[in-house]
Amino acid sequence: MPLILVGGLIFGFGLAYSHMARPEVVLDFLQFDDFGLLFVMFGAAVVSGIAFWVTPRLRELAPLTGDTYGRRLKSFDRNVLIGGAIFGVGWGLSGICPGAAYASLGIGNVTILWAIVGMFAGAYLQGVWRSQRASSETTPSSAD
Amino acid sequence: MHLPLQLAPLADLFPNGISRYAIGGLLVGLGAVAIYLGTGIAAGASTFLESTLSYVSDQSQFQQYRASRDWRVVFTLGIILGAAVYAVVWQGGAWTTDVQPWRLLVGGVFVGIGTRVGKGCTSGHGVCGVGSASKTSIVGVVTFLAVAIVTAQLVSALGVSP
Repeated sequence: MPLILVGGLIFGFGLAYSHMARPEVVLDFLQFDDFGLLFVMFGAAVVSGIAFWVTPRLRELAPLTGDTYGRRLKSFDRNVLIGGAIFGVGWGLSGICPGAAYASLGIGNVTILWAIVGMFAGAYLQGVWRSQRASSETTPSSAD
Repeated sequence: MHLPLQLAPLADLFPNGISRYAIGGLLVGLGAVAIYLGTGIAAGASTFLESTLSYVSDQSQFQQYRASRDWRVVFTLGIILGAAVYAVVWQGGAWTTDVQPWRLLVGGVFVGIGTRVGKGCTSGHGVCGVGSASKTSIVGVVTFLAVAIVTAQLVSALGVSP
């Protein structure tokens, strides 16, 4: 847990330092006024990419959890495209994504609570809808 | 200061320079790497939404994230604190956005739904997923980048600012 806190600290400091915690700067990127965001995303991905590539070759298990080192791989399906598009509409409208929203609160941006409330509402709606669909899919199977 | 002619268009693309973005990006990556080295977890920020909802809702969709909900709260608190350190030391106090509340709220709802349907956000797909050379994440990032650009251009063309 202390390590996760420290990792979060560096992560949040980096988001604030890069000004990604300011929706205006993200919107400037999406409107082609300032391409700096590319350096943030790819800079971060390169650093994590090196670690994700090198670490599993040096040792097998993580010291604190005993978990095997792996990559972040998720299965591909239509939802990645649909969800990505919905996310894109929200990101383009507000200039805010989850990590940057929490960092934005940290830099004193209380107005961002609107976005955080919105994100929780969206995740809640999606979760309730999915839970209900999952239960209605399992019950009618007794019909045959 | 005069830039050589051929560099001038490049400077137009980065009116605020690149060091702020590059250094910030490296730190974001280092934060994710610190957690990965110790725990093997490839962290993303958006699952916090569902895992935190598991404290207050019994819906099956949220309960599946029960095991990770405590460390996700710690991770998010870390993000807030890290940004607060920046605000106190470099920024010289609080900063607030001029983007209108309705944009933040409505955009937030779309982000909340989209990130859950699409299995990740800018940190999960964008940083850890792309860093893992995951095809799913690369497709996810290209999709939301393209749609976000179109959306932001449309909103701006309609005269909504900020």
